[in-house]
Amino acid sequence: MTIDSVVVIVIQLVLAVAVTPVLIGVMRTTRARLEGRVGGGIGQPWRDLRKLLAKEPTRAPGSTPVLTVAPILLMTSSLLLCALIPLASTLALASIPGDLFVVVSVLLLGTVALALLGLESGTAFGGMGSSRHMVIAALVEPTVLLSIYALSVPAGTSALAAIVQTRRAEPASLLNPVSLLAIVALVVVVIAETGRLPVDNPSTHLELTMIHEAMILESGGRDLGWLELGSWLRLTALLGLVANLALPWGIGQDASPLTLGVGIVAITVKVLVLGSVLAAAEVFIAKLRLFRVPELLAGSFVLAFLSVSASYLVF
Amino acid sequence: MSRLAQPEVVRVSRDQLSEAIAAQLARGFRLALVAAHEDGTAGSNASFRIVHVLLGTAGERVEVVVEIPRADAWLPTLAGISYPAGRFEREMRDLYGIVPRAHPQPYRLVRHGHWPTSFHPMLSDADPNPDFGSHAGFPFAEVTGKGVYEIPVGPVHAGLIEPGHFRFSVVGETIVRMYQRLYFVHRGVEKLFEGRQLADGIALAERISGDTAVGHSLAYVMAVEDALGIGVPERDQLTRALLLECERLYNHINDIGAIVNDAGFGVVNQHTGRLRETLLRHNARLTGHRLLRGAIRIGGADLVAAPDLDLLASVAAEAAELAKIATDHPMVANRLNTTAVLPPERARSLGVLGYVARASGMAVDARADQPFVDLGEGFRIVTAGAGDVWSRFDVRVGEIAVAAGLVADLSARIAALDATAPLTPSDGVGAGLGVVEAWRGTLVHRVEVGPGGVLTRVKVVDPSFHTWPGLGIALADTIVPDFPLANKSFNSSYAGNDL
Repeated sequence: MTIDSVVVIVIQLVLAVAVTPVLIGVMRTTRARLEGRVGGGIGQPWRDLRKLLAKEPTRAPGSTPVLTVAPILLMTSSLLLCALIPLASTLALASIPGDLFVVVSVLLLGTVALALLGLESGTAFGGMGSSRHMVIAALVEPTVLLSIYALSVPAGTSALAAIVQTRRAEPASLLNPVSLLAIVALVVVVIAETGRLPVDNPSTHLELTMIHEAMILESGGRDLGWLELGSWLRLTALLGLVANLALPWGIGQDASPLTLGVGIVAITVKVLVLGSVLAAAEVFIAKLRLFRVPELLAGSFVLAFLSVSASYLVF
Repeated sequence: MSRLAQPEVVRVSRDQLSEAIAAQLARGFRLALVAAHEDGTAGSNASFRIVHVLLGTAGERVEVVVEIPRADAWLPTLAGISYPAGRFEREMRDLYGIVPRAHPQPYRLVRHGHWPTSFHPMLSDADPNPDFGSHAGFPFAEVTGKGVYEIPVGPVHAGLIEPGHFRFSVVGETIVRMYQRLYFVHRGVEKLFEGRQLADGIALAERISGDTAVGHSLAYVMAVEDALGIGVPERDQLTRALLLECERLYNHINDIGAIVNDAGFGVVNQHTGRLRETLLRHNARLTGHRLLRGAIRIGGADLVAAPDLDLLASVAAEAAELAKIATDHPMVANRLNTTAVLPPERARSLGVLGYVARASGMAVDARADQPFVDLGEGFRIVTAGAGDVWSRFDVRVGEIAVAAGLVADLSARIAALDATAPLTPSDGVGAGLGVVEAWRGTLVHRVEVGPGGVLTRVKVVDPSFHTWPGLGIALADTIVPDFPLANKSFNSSYAGNDL
């Protein structure tokens, strides 16, 4: 049992790191093609990453170890996230706390690491990015918690693996209003948390409108490589979570090679399709004025809240 | 087509200057250009001659000239009666050392911190290689108070744009004050003109601001023709008007995409980029150069091929469709609407030009005020009243349609006329003015030609010189993340302003 868990965790980590650059490549290419561009190709994020990780980082004189530690912290939290969230299999997570609250805390760890990094650079942009990032984080985290909590009520446990398993066992529950409201709320906050349109524009070069990019503006080389990979892994993990909560089919329940294989293929396909849908949707939306972002996030919080209230009525 | 009306020249002494300018401003004229000239060899009889050019709205041109001795180079400031005058004075002080007395803003404009304070590059005896200091401080008026912080941006930006330094004083996300520091691309263009042959000036004028090659070269050429009394055949005048509209088309189409891109709606930008490329290739067929260089010469203008009207009409129609897609999108509309408002009264007092002025309700357009050719029925001035980003966007969209119509009209009129033999430039000396409605706004060149067909002084005023100060005013109460949107909607030229 323990060995099986370790195998599943290792597989999930390797899978996440392997799929993530492809996911980003697929998303960028989808967007480029829909906009009428050729794009850099699916392999470009991986090539960028390889280039950055081979480069020596440049750090400003007078900077503290935060500059070194923050990328490691972000990377660690993202990898932990990939290990804790049931991606390929619901098995491993029974023996370690793959609990909803733990997952949200780990997510917050990476968020705080990024914010500290932005402040550390000492430039106005970094501080501006960090302050905007924390405003959004403060609105996002409760909604993540609440929307998954609504789904945990029917399962009677806050362990993510158990929630996914319960949902898989009762496909009818996927379409009830509680579930739909919670999933919509979750999708909105995942978009905000991962810095996608309409909250943040990942492809902008305008310093003053940036959120995520502003915080990592002063990083370079290896540091930047880890920051990029860490942020992308968060996207993979969160999309994987949404995919498995909304469509729990295909996920493995034990460590047998066959079910694991199916689980790996299923999650890869789900994440890539979800990413493409997200990227396609981005073509049709613009960036919200910063002061309207809280309205959007408050709306998603209300959906999550309604979902929780309703879950006690339905079940 | 004969020359335009000779300017009315008013010679005044230093004491009468304020009254003379105030009298012209009272006639509804605007101060379009102030040029200093160094007369006589450096020594006791050397003097400065300062020419103030005022333009009316029905082709009137007035030059108010004042002469002052170089040894006692000061002027009473006009900043109190005209904001643009105050900026021209600061420019003159930095470049010539002519001191405006009692100026309310006695700060440097062109001069950078590392220039020696006694270095005035436009003077004939200026040291070509002065001792530039290494410390280039630039004190800004600091806004103090609880929660106010500063954001310095530039002069090197994250995107591929020209250099300019902006310093924002911000509370939360709201801009309290924005200071801009330009002149990082000051290349000494006006000095480079001096001593050139007339025909050689065209190539330089085309390169003042790359996207305004036609505007600058045409203003320069018209000023030279005005100085020497060279007549231009009507067919060539029409060709020039057509080239101006072609330049307006590709730049406005690029701008509408760029504005919407800054609201995060990239797909429109991709398509306007494609349309711009189509137009640039069309430009290359039209004149042999993608940026329309080389078509204008002294006394005329030539096209390599006739414009492809079907292509231009389809591009204009697509641009209109893209603009509609953008403004019909509620999220884009929300970003553009009421963002960075330049109120009409402020626009008027600052003397902004071009689409910025027209978006704030001022119908200022040299094609109507100072026409060199009758554009016919197809021409109308597009204005909007709100002065926000949306208005500036809408004015551009309207002007694209007008420009496309004008190209078709002008092309038909050109085809109906026979080509006339090119004129050889006549010799002579004199001073002349060229006024052109380039795509950014009214562009003015004033040229003085000395013996032997040599340029002795060229003063260039890009509309951006007048329009840049409007940006700071429009940003009051705008939030920081909306700055790129506001800046793009102004899209003032750095190179044209810095010279």
